Amino acid sequence: MLKRFTPLLGAALILLSAIPSFAAELVVYSARGEHLIKPLFDAYTAKTGVEIKYVTDKEAVLLERLKSEGERTPADMLITVDAGNLWLAGEAGVIQPVQSPILEANIPVHLRDPQNRWYGLSLRARTIVYNTDKVKPADLSTYAALSGPEWKNRLVLRTSKKVYNQSLVASLIAEHGESEAEKIVSGWVANTPVAPFSNDTKAMEAVAAGIGDVTIVNTYYFGRLKNEKPETPLAIFWPDQQGAGVHVNVSGAGITTHAKHKEEAVKLLEWLSSEDAQKVFASLNMEFPANPAVPADPLVASWGSFKASTLNVAKYGEYQAQAIKLMDRVGYK
Amino acid sequence: MPVTSSAQSATGGLCPPAYTPAVHRISGWQSAALCLAALASVPLLVLLASFLTPEREIWHHLSEHVLTGLATNTLTLLLCVLPLTALLGVGLAWLTGACEYPGRNFFTWALTLPFAIPPYVFAFVYLGFFDFSGPVQTLLRTWFPSMEFIEVRNVFGVSAILSLAFYPYVYLLCRSAFLTQGRTAMEAARTLGLSPWKAFFKVSLPMARPWIAAGLMLVCMESLADFGAVAIFNYDTFTTAIYKAWFGLFSLKAASQLSSLLVLFVLIILTIEQHLRNRLRFTQAGRNSGKGHRMQLTGFAAWGAFCLSALVFTLAFALPCLQLAAWAWKAFSPEILRYAELAQNTLTLGLITALATTAASVMLAYARRTAPGRTMNWATRAATLGYAMPGTVLAVGVFIPAAWLDNTMLDMVAHLTGWELGPFIQGSLGLLITAYAIRFLAAGFGSADSAMQRITPSVIEAARTLGCHGTALLRRIYLPMTRTGLFTAAILVLVDVMKEMPVTLMMRPFGWDTLAVKIYEFTSEGEWEQAAIPALFLILAGLVPVILLTRKTESR
Repeated sequence: MLKRFTPLLGAALILLSAIPSFAAELVVYSARGEHLIKPLFDAYTAKTGVEIKYVTDKEAVLLERLKSEGERTPADMLITVDAGNLWLAGEAGVIQPVQSPILEANIPVHLRDPQNRWYGLSLRARTIVYNTDKVKPADLSTYAALSGPEWKNRLVLRTSKKVYNQSLVASLIAEHGESEAEKIVSGWVANTPVAPFSNDTKAMEAVAAGIGDVTIVNTYYFGRLKNEKPETPLAIFWPDQQGAGVHVNVSGAGITTHAKHKEEAVKLLEWLSSEDAQKVFASLNMEFPANPAVPADPLVASWGSFKASTLNVAKYGEYQAQAIKLMDRVGYK
Repeated sequence: MPVTSSAQSATGGLCPPAYTPAVHRISGWQSAALCLAALASVPLLVLLASFLTPEREIWHHLSEHVLTGLATNTLTLLLCVLPLTALLGVGLAWLTGACEYPGRNFFTWALTLPFAIPPYVFAFVYLGFFDFSGPVQTLLRTWFPSMEFIEVRNVFGVSAILSLAFYPYVYLLCRSAFLTQGRTAMEAARTLGLSPWKAFFKVSLPMARPWIAAGLMLVCMESLADFGAVAIFNYDTFTTAIYKAWFGLFSLKAASQLSSLLVLFVLIILTIEQHLRNRLRFTQAGRNSGKGHRMQLTGFAAWGAFCLSALVFTLAFALPCLQLAAWAWKAFSPEILRYAELAQNTLTLGLITALATTAASVMLAYARRTAPGRTMNWATRAATLGYAMPGTVLAVGVFIPAAWLDNTMLDMVAHLTGWELGPFIQGSLGLLITAYAIRFLAAGFGSADSAMQRITPSVIEAARTLGCHGTALLRRIYLPMTRTGLFTAAILVLVDVMKEMPVTLMMRPFGWDTLAVKIYEFTSEGEWEQAAIPALFLILAGLVPVILLTRKTESR
């Protein structure tokens, strides 16, 4: 019997010892899906000849992986979505400060880490979408106003478990203070006709079907839905134009603390903030370019211009845990 | 379940616990099994280590606002899913395994096909179908404009989804039980004047109990560990809370502590289940005569059986596949060619792991069979708990010690020789497969163990008398007699690995992307239609082993 297992054991040992080599190429850990980063990497490789290897996974898992790999990590760069995750990576010490005049010129101050450990690369605006048959834009004003009694049974929400909503609530805490934010969120919850949905698209579809009249979503989901079903009676409203501005989140990147190819990785990061890359970045997922010199995709631009919040996105990370506890307290599922 | 004396005398197989092989010292097999159990407990120990630094503030918050609701939700879910999967799994296995009715030949393998569909795929397909904005409700509203919206995202909706996704565990295991049960027992019961129904409840069902229990245990652990499906329905369970504590409150420790509660719960169920089961022995009565001796259903019963099978097949396989195909058609792109490579990776990983895990399961089951007792019971329990942990938590539980081991060894090498080598455990296929095996040992073991329990002690005693011991006994008696069970074990693991997502995501070596990884990338961005293409490929790849399994078991 044991004899039979010997070849298996042998095979296992060979597999174990198949040492991966990390020669002259960059390694990226990415929480953005392959289809949203590969075109960029391909373009960079075509331009410079630098090969880029990558793995994709959830942000928290990549972070844990970086932590346990320690100084032997093969990763040179970490790309994540959501500022909260970037902030956490910075706090955990797995990414390092990078001084680069190019990055500083390309990326506005509020979209990067105050300590320069990470830089936002694309912007995601989380805004109000309403049913054009039932709501006039004049009825809408701010995120906070949606907690008013006139919106009873009219507000559809996405789950509080999604980081986009956690960041939105974090920004409310930063702007209004915790007790005021709690009032706003509990007002939202009181106004929902149905349990929160698991994704933005479902929330918008519910509004289009006549369940509730408004919802809060990321604009690219709106773009996708409109692309698919142009007749859907939905439109975008930019809230808080008299106040702080539209809530924006970033996806961004940093250089790992133990990067083996720091210089090369910084060059890649700089290129990602450049005009060439930003165009690709913005058009891949209908996001807004983080580099203000680069115009948005024509489709995205057609939704109209707006004032975006200039609160430093690092705050979303600082207040995220507080935001989640707040949402638990008011019963936001 | 009461086992009547008539059933006992009729089968001659359900005998009281009399058989205890006289092995007292720890044999090679047992030590191997203990080592295996120790290895498999590593992630469990990582979880427990989290208690060294309790997260008081988070626990305070959780217990005040979250925990009660979670416990209720999770229990309700189990109370709905378990009976439903038992009903579907056992009922259909009995129909196709022991009865003859129109379409049986087709359904006998077709009803295993839903196994190839991951629960998260079920969830997004069905939510797309039945939710407010889905075609069903839209159509209903066009017909009846005054109709209210129907909320499907509740415990019944989730339970229905999970039951459709998980009934094949019970079905596959029970089918192999009913097929190998032997005609003699049933015939004897009938001769003694029991009606077919009574014979089923008093003889067949009790004899199939190890399989039913093993199947339901798997369903229970899968339901507890499921994240994808419940998240899509936004139904809060322990697992969703674990993910929230980690990803949202940034506390892997709190997440680990919550996970260990889950594991504790499963441990309690396992202990109760084994305690109940250990008082009975299940062995095969008479020779298995297989094909051509099924009970012929006629008239109403026959058509009833047909309709039931057809309904389950449609809901659990045909409908989701059609919906996926429709989405895939819309999202079609030339990139589709890449999926062949991903499918190949997926199958390769599945096959290697299936072999390794089945071997490990045999080792464990054999060690427990030859040396029943507390030590081995605890060892097997510890070895199979990985199934109850949420995948991502288990992945971290494997990765952290592996990385530590790697770094320590490399430090030592560097210190002693000055060589700076690259890591060779992290990022290796070996680590990935070890992690899979820890995750899916329960699936393999359940099947292997139930099969071994069915071997009549007298056969073993006879073999011993004839001078057959140790390895020879395993090779010449146990393995041939448990062939069907082992094959089932391998297929369960193979398909489970193919569907697996979090462990694959975290530990795959560079370039080893799988179909599940691709599905994750699309669904995490909410792109269901894009995800339909890899999902279809995954189902196609899963069909091959599932069909092989039914053919193999059917032909014996």
